Amino acid sequence: MQTKRTTFRSWWLPYLLVAPQLAITLVFFIWPAGQAVYQSFLREDPFGLSTTWVGLRNYIRLFDSAEYLASFETTVIFTVCTATLSMGLSLLLAVAVDRMIRTASVYTTLVVWPYAVAPAIAGILWWFMFNPSFGILTYVLEMVGYDWNHRLNGEDAMTLVVLASAWKQISYNFLFFVAGLQSIPMSLREAAAIDGAGPVKRFFTVVFPLLSPTTFFLLVVNINYTMFDTFSTIDASTAGGPGQATTILVYKVYEDGVKGLNLGSSAAQSVILMSIVIALTFIQFRFIERRVQY
Amino acid sequence: MQRNLIAGLALTTALVAPLAASAQTEISWWHAMGGALGEKVDEIVANYNASQDEYHLTATYRGSYTETMTAAIAAFRAGEQPNLVQVFEVGTGTMMAAEGAVYPVYQLMEDHGQDFDPSVYLPAVAGYYTNTDGQMLSMPFNSSTPILYYNKDIFAEAGLDADVAPETWADVEEMSRKIVDSGAAECGFTTGWISWVQLENLSAWHNQPIGTHENGFGSIDSEMTVNGPVQIRHWENLAKWEDEGLFKYGGPGGGADSAPAFYSGECAIYMNSSASRAGVLANTEFDLGLGMLPYYADVEGAPQNSIIGGATLWTLAGASDAQYDGVASFLTYLSSAEVQADWHQFTGYLPITNAAYELSQSQGYYDENPGADIAIKQITLNEPTANSKGLRFGNYVQIRGVIDEEFENLLSGDKTAEEALNDLVERGNSLIADFVEANG
Repeated sequence: MQTKRTTFRSWWLPYLLVAPQLAITLVFFIWPAGQAVYQSFLREDPFGLSTTWVGLRNYIRLFDSAEYLASFETTVIFTVCTATLSMGLSLLLAVAVDRMIRTASVYTTLVVWPYAVAPAIAGILWWFMFNPSFGILTYVLEMVGYDWNHRLNGEDAMTLVVLASAWKQISYNFLFFVAGLQSIPMSLREAAAIDGAGPVKRFFTVVFPLLSPTTFFLLVVNINYTMFDTFSTIDASTAGGPGQATTILVYKVYEDGVKGLNLGSSAAQSVILMSIVIALTFIQFRFIERRVQY
Repeated sequence: MQRNLIAGLALTTALVAPLAASAQTEISWWHAMGGALGEKVDEIVANYNASQDEYHLTATYRGSYTETMTAAIAAFRAGEQPNLVQVFEVGTGTMMAAEGAVYPVYQLMEDHGQDFDPSVYLPAVAGYYTNTDGQMLSMPFNSSTPILYYNKDIFAEAGLDADVAPETWADVEEMSRKIVDSGAAECGFTTGWISWVQLENLSAWHNQPIGTHENGFGSIDSEMTVNGPVQIRHWENLAKWEDEGLFKYGGPGGGADSAPAFYSGECAIYMNSSASRAGVLANTEFDLGLGMLPYYADVEGAPQNSIIGGATLWTLAGASDAQYDGVASFLTYLSSAEVQADWHQFTGYLPITNAAYELSQSQGYYDENPGADIAIKQITLNEPTANSKGLRFGNYVQIRGVIDEEFENLLSGDKTAEEALNDLVERGNSLIADFVEANG
């Protein structure tokens, strides 16, 4: 890769130019993150009238708590299901569009629409369709003999939030997959076809490997999405229930911090989440980016 | 988004209002009364503002009880708190412990020259918000107690005597079975507030302790004891009845699905706050019957008396003397017999003063609305015991969440009633212990 060098005439100009970005990062990221780290070592009453330094106790308590460990498990299940479902479906849709000639743009527009829906509204939409009393999909499921009730059945609830979250993310993944597919030279596929490879074989031996940079990029984006951006979808559809069956880590931060006013524990949970993101990003840059062929 | 909108509105009001009424002292009140109740609150506030010209009160709706309380606490930390905030009864433990953040009502009234006699309030209500020295810390506003509603049309269709409300749990079971078997309705009964109705009130109604130290009234360092035989038996039954289709779970917290199930005639019997009466009447066409909460006839001491829920108004620290003068004058206005009787009759909340109760009687309200006094009869059925005067635990907002979770674990078949209640007590106790540590 070639590096571009620009020479500034005065020494302060480059600093001035990055200053707004730095200020935003400092005020909106470094400062609150620092406060969270500090607060995670404290025990405070809700009003902030008495504060005690408790060292690592908030963390020790978390890892002693069965609810918190269960929330880890829930998060992993939720993330894997949502990422697989939404990436799988969008790849399928993208491949379909790639073969179309005439209506591709109309089709693309339609698939991108759900991305414009606010997560909370997506949550409510799915909640309506699956409502145990009056949901249309519940009604259909009942006709085929399945008694749907996400209020009581943890697996139903998980299915609901996975569907709602995956549906939201399909558009985004779809766009990247379409772009990725279009950048694969036709000549490679034609060569494989001449060699006698069928469409399925061509997809798995030529197209999919060449798509791997896009796929890995999307994998990281999707994991981050499901771990952090699905909060409002969950809040609007299951509110973490039943019995914490859909309480993912980020939802627990909210439950304990905002509803429970246990700021120390909530801050400790945020710090743990922050470390997970840092670790994920590190893995992405360090290992995956190197192995993926461009 | 909605929060931003509300904040924006609040900001606009804050900017515009002083211009409109610069001579008056501005006082603020955050409350959690939406819908018809919110309109009634606005009416009370408008009447108060019209009744005098020294103070101007602005009431702001801040969402659910939990949202209102957390918003006020967050605002306090930022130094932007309202003068007055409505806090539900389960937040009482947290507010009481926050010395320095709250201005106790008895002291406010004394310091700001209002006649204040705690004995005019109904003991069952005032006792909940009074400290061990007999001082009232917050102003009762909307208190209610759960009662039983039933659909007389469905009862008649199922061949039951529509004029007889189920009295015991055996009645509820038997009648529900008849109703479901006859096809008169899909489900026998549903309930709002599993925590409040089917655990806390169940315990008080059967004179069973909810916690040690008089349900937490005696010391913040208490433990919960709701895993007793009566509670286990009741939760076991609820799970069994849910399986058999006699009972329908209405969801966590207030049980959002329970009211529609009763309104639509899906369920024949409904247990919820006496303040749900207005909503029931507004949303139904059928002949409505009212009754007291059911009890297990073989439990000694049942029925005892039920306990209240609802909310009180807490004054927060950090305002000017003139503002506190205004708050004190508003609280006096709010507890006047006329305002209280009107509020009680409109909403179904309990009349919080004896004067308001007597006024409602003399106005002939109970003669015109049979059953409207069931709630007050139920909380005063017997002299409250240590088990039935209420409950007061720290972190109880979270414990309420734990109760819902464990109940869901029971219904989903993950736990037996005994396991669910034991886990509930264990988790509740650890939350109380956290609270003691943070405030002790």
